Amino acid sequence: MSQATPAIHVDDLRKRFRTTQALDGVSLDILPGEFFGLLGPNGAGKTTLISILAGLTRADAGQATIMGHDVVRDYRQARRALGVVPQELVYDPFFNVRETLRIQSGYFGLKHNDGWIDEIMHHLDLAQHADKNTQSLSGGMKRRLLVAQALVHKPPVIVLDEPTAGVDVDLRRSLWEFISRLNREGHTILLTTHYLEEAEALCGRIAMLKSGRVVACDTTRNLLQLTNEHCAQLRLDRDDVPVAWQDRLLRDAEGSWRINFSEYLELETLLADLRVTGVRVTEMHLQEPDLEDVFTDIMKRT
Amino acid sequence: MSGFSALFYKELLRFWKVVVQTVVAPVVTALLYLLIFSHVLEAHVEVYPGVSYTSFLVPGLVMMSMLQNAFSNSSSSLIQSKMQGNIVFVLLPPLSYLEFFLAYLGAAILRGLIVGLGVWAVTLWYAPFQLPHPVWLLAYALLACAIMAAVGIVAGIWAEKYDQLAAFQNFLILPLTFLSGVFYSIHSLPPFWQAVSRVNPVFYLIDGFRYAFVGQSDTDPGLGLLVAGACFVAISALTLMLLKSGYKLRH
Ligand SMILES: Nc1ncnc2c1ncn2[C@@H]1O[C@H](COP(=O)(O)OP(=O)(O)O)[C@@H](O)[C@H]1O
Ligand SMILES: [Mg+2]
Repeated sequence: MSQATPAIHVDDLRKRFRTTQALDGVSLDILPGEFFGLLGPNGAGKTTLISILAGLTRADAGQATIMGHDVVRDYRQARRALGVVPQELVYDPFFNVRETLRIQSGYFGLKHNDGWIDEIMHHLDLAQHADKNTQSLSGGMKRRLLVAQALVHKPPVIVLDEPTAGVDVDLRRSLWEFISRLNREGHTILLTTHYLEEAEALCGRIAMLKSGRVVACDTTRNLLQLTNEHCAQLRLDRDDVPVAWQDRLLRDAEGSWRINFSEYLELETLLADLRVTGVRVTEMHLQEPDLEDVFTDIMKRT
Repeated sequence: MSGFSALFYKELLRFWKVVVQTVVAPVVTALLYLLIFSHVLEAHVEVYPGVSYTSFLVPGLVMMSMLQNAFSNSSSSLIQSKMQGNIVFVLLPPLSYLEFFLAYLGAAILRGLIVGLGVWAVTLWYAPFQLPHPVWLLAYALLACAIMAAVGIVAGIWAEKYDQLAAFQNFLILPLTFLSGVFYSIHSLPPFWQAVSRVNPVFYLIDGFRYAFVGQSDTDPGLGLLVAGACFVAISALTLMLLKSGYKLRH
């Protein structure tokens, strides 16, 4: 039973805000220990889905559970199992960093949590700002405090809603190191992000959301194979390309030639034909398909 | 109930960090009322026989300060959290709606009582200490703060902007407190306004509270306590219902 219980289970969730159908029947199962990505354009319904999991929003229909606990009926257990880093950069200007974390621990019934608070502050580089008022923190620092707040009760399931928006590169890297570590230690991670290369690098599985519907859901590896559109960019010493290839080769503004292909065999054939014609390749760049291509493709097709 | 104690503590810490604004300022305001009104009226008005106007005014001012500050504490805390967005910090944890209610209520009551005590303390320079009915005082003080704390929770949940809360305060709370006999006895009013005052629950709070101080009142303090108790039960039931339904907090 415990083996089969998903960390996050979402079944046919629907939510309408006045004229907008924010979620239009979303079903997902995320297993314990997964690093799961939720992608989609602005307004796709990602934050709404997360808000329903967190109990901030109530679904019109459907069901959601965290570690097997219904988010409405067993809200106490569900919320105890869940740590949420909200999308908005919110903070309480009345308190400093340490007070914020102590109070947040208290909400979960944790009285003596200073050991763990010190540890998260250390890992998130917040230790030297412990006594600073939250109002005086930089944006990146506020974001890290939000991450720390989501972790005070050591939740098995951690949800991050665009945690790296507006965060500088160094900080993003240290944040991901920390989150990856938590994932290795067994925490389930659900992440939404605008940075597709982040999702590609981190997530084992990805769901794509569009207008409140799941339009793709698979392992990152399988998704990457959906588009086998490779692209090669060539510079040639002469312009007379073989007649058979004239339709496939596109000339760009800088005088390079581009070709899209799905099998490397095609590229081999082109190179052989060029040699036969006596045209020499002076430069070549290969572009592998990435999640960005797959994402764009899926969003266009659906 | 430890989630409750954390939220209660946070609410206390919140107003204590700005104690000049939340406690000192209202005490100074009440003192100014006392100085001005007792200076103008002391020689001319004797509401109850043997009771100086200043002695009559003090309990009214103490009560008025408690009412306004209890209301202000819960309502402004909630609206600030909603406007800033940090309300999610208390919505994400496994706090029950009852814990939520009791924490905001308790902190607002405490702020009301502290301000009331402060106002009373500074008025002791101007009116002699007297307290014939301390139990009535305690009962009225607690109930009055509790009612306004709960009204403040409702207002804080309902208001979506600061000016909506200000409207609530200016068009409901302020008239109710001023038209309640803080500065005069309702017996000095024309019959129509007397009747109006008698449906204003705040009138009973002030009148009964004054009874604890001067031993005289416009109505039976027992009846007043009943009215206050009924008001508290009603407003608490409404607040709990709103919180349970997630009205304007969980969309
Ligand atoms: N509280 C709300 N009131 C009205 N409309 C909302 C509310 N929250 C979200 N929406 C709408 O629902 C849709 C999904 O929003 P959201 O879940 O925030 O998308 P995402 O996080 O994927 O950008 C959007 O069209 C948005 O305008
Ligand atoms: Mg969003």
